[in-house]
Amino acid sequence: MHLQSRRARALLYQVLLVSLLVALSFWLFNNTLTNLRARGIQSGFDFLFDTAGFDIGESMISYDSTQAYSQAFLVGLLNTLRVSVLGILICTVWGGLLGLGRVSHNALARGLCYGYTELFRNIPLLLQLFMWYVLLVEFMPDTDAPLHLNDWLFLSKGGLTLPWLIHADGAWIWDVPVWRIVEGVGEVAGGASVTPEFLALTWGLSLYTAAFVAELVRAGITAVPLGQTEAAKSVGLSAWQTQRLVVLPQAMRVVIPPLTNQYLNLIKNSSLAVAIGYPDLVNISNTALNQTGRAVECIAIVMAVYLTLSLLTAALMNVYNRRMALRAR
Amino acid sequence: MHTPLTARPLHTLIALVLLAAGSVNAWAGKTLDTVKQRDQVVCGVNTGLAGFGAADSQGKWTGLDVDVCRAVAAAVLGSADKVRYVPLSAPQRFTALQSGEVDVLSRNTTFTMTRDASMGLHQTAVTYYDGQGFMTPAKNNLKSAKQLKGATVCVQSGTTTEKNLTDFSRANKLDIKPVVFEKFDAANAAYFAGRCKAYTTDASGLASIRAKEAKTPKEHVILPELISKEPLGPMVRRGDDEWLAIVKWTVYGLIEAEEVGITAANIDALKAESADPVVLRLLGKSDDTGKLLGLDRDWLARAIGAVGNYGEMFERHLGEKTPLGLKRGLNAQWSKGGLQYAMPIR
Repeated sequence: MHLQSRRARALLYQVLLVSLLVALSFWLFNNTLTNLRARGIQSGFDFLFDTAGFDIGESMISYDSTQAYSQAFLVGLLNTLRVSVLGILICTVWGGLLGLGRVSHNALARGLCYGYTELFRNIPLLLQLFMWYVLLVEFMPDTDAPLHLNDWLFLSKGGLTLPWLIHADGAWIWDVPVWRIVEGVGEVAGGASVTPEFLALTWGLSLYTAAFVAELVRAGITAVPLGQTEAAKSVGLSAWQTQRLVVLPQAMRVVIPPLTNQYLNLIKNSSLAVAIGYPDLVNISNTALNQTGRAVECIAIVMAVYLTLSLLTAALMNVYNRRMALRAR
Repeated sequence: MHTPLTARPLHTLIALVLLAAGSVNAWAGKTLDTVKQRDQVVCGVNTGLAGFGAADSQGKWTGLDVDVCRAVAAAVLGSADKVRYVPLSAPQRFTALQSGEVDVLSRNTTFTMTRDASMGLHQTAVTYYDGQGFMTPAKNNLKSAKQLKGATVCVQSGTTTEKNLTDFSRANKLDIKPVVFEKFDAANAAYFAGRCKAYTTDASGLASIRAKEAKTPKEHVILPELISKEPLGPMVRRGDDEWLAIVKWTVYGLIEAEEVGITAANIDALKAESADPVVLRLLGKSDDTGKLLGLDRDWLARAIGAVGNYGEMFERHLGEKTPLGLKRGLNAQWSKGGLQYAMPIR
């Protein structure tokens, strides 16, 4: 094998490029560490096992301030996941309906959906989040006199309280919240509560992303040739059957790849939580960063987590895409 | 808007790049040279805390922390106006200082061991002795912070405040729920909208927020408990002892000027006719104290001329005649029962 051969040269270039990249990243890493040390800035991930010492407003797992930073990061990650998963569900359903509305035969529905899409996707997300948050905390009643629906759904500045399934005495029962007066002050007890921060973030993210999803669904449906619809009708399928059995399955093939992008955007956009005080991963990492001064480490953790989440989502969507893709039979 | 994660902690990322790029920017004994060459002191200040550091409608910065920057600029460069202000949020501030983006951080920053010993920073001199307190709407009828059982409390992140709040909550079994905001404005807005039962930060900050941000300041009370010690003052980077000395002694100079009675108004008269050896030394008439710092002999006279002595700074920005209406309290001179005790300038 000698250098005149095309393959050998290609291989050589590859090896050179890889070694250059490795050398470069090593140099960056080493230089950062040296400089941090020279400036008396301590570094390392050992702080993850130190006591966090700060409280977190809402958590899906048991957490208190005597636990380690790693646990605090986990709480933040779960909070991020909770918003992302719920957001993805809502934006898919809502965006799908809006997309169908965009191609509806009803002019009013078409117009409304068009208006919604243009409005929501053209206003910066941060502004929308602020708007929902301010609406929730500024205009809702105080916690001692909440708005209520049939005495089982309560909404106030403190958030939303709703009935929840709990496991008690070997059976699943509904824990229904009640309004009561304790020491002269009204309060809501029982049920499950979510904070206004969580509501505003989930709601804002879902409505914003739904506008993009709607456009994708519309594009997907429009991409299915008209002949398909006509053929479906000619074999006697109803309008709904035509959509469900003929148009949508074909539209999905166009929709899924860009839909993955929107899901990834939603997950990443959830980091705007810091602006409205929701304790997501970035929020927790901000606090940890400030208390320990380990800026490089905290940013690295956050970047690694978002990268992993995004890659996982993309991988799942790829599996789904392969299942939906056109197969030769 | 699609990549908020990379857009927001911009300062942190810039800092990382600067750190990675090696020691190109000035540090380790070079700050004074850089400042002189640039003919400007770059000063990290609050994004807007009335009385400490806030820009008015014309973009002119005022406040106690801002005056420290002005005094340093006057001492080093001869003019208090040779300052560029960099407004920093709480989480950004240390990275901005570490990376050399600012020469001095004068942003109501608490001195703690972690910050001094492990973050590549140096504390200089205390400009305001403070403590963390609580503010709550008067209609809640609270008399003590210990009545905040199960309450939600609004906090700004990136401060010592979160940890103090947690310690206080644990010690008194209060089960306080913090709502943590990255931006000062967002925390204020949420509190005034009624999201939280109380707001916590340094007591001076509470007074400032109540005076400037509340629609009706009287509707909010500051509870009596101070739950922590918060000595605030300017910080500089580690590894530059000369610059540390300049900032530290400028602050001490302003405090000592009050003690011996030099004011912005009488400084010229005293310079011409005073026979007091301490006054003469401070104003550079007898000893040349500037030489010790690598400055000229009028360094402190210029600083006092520009911003007045410490007492004047305090009364101008925080005192009882201002909307903040703070008493001198711990910040009175040591000879008057306070803690302000300048190391002797000689």
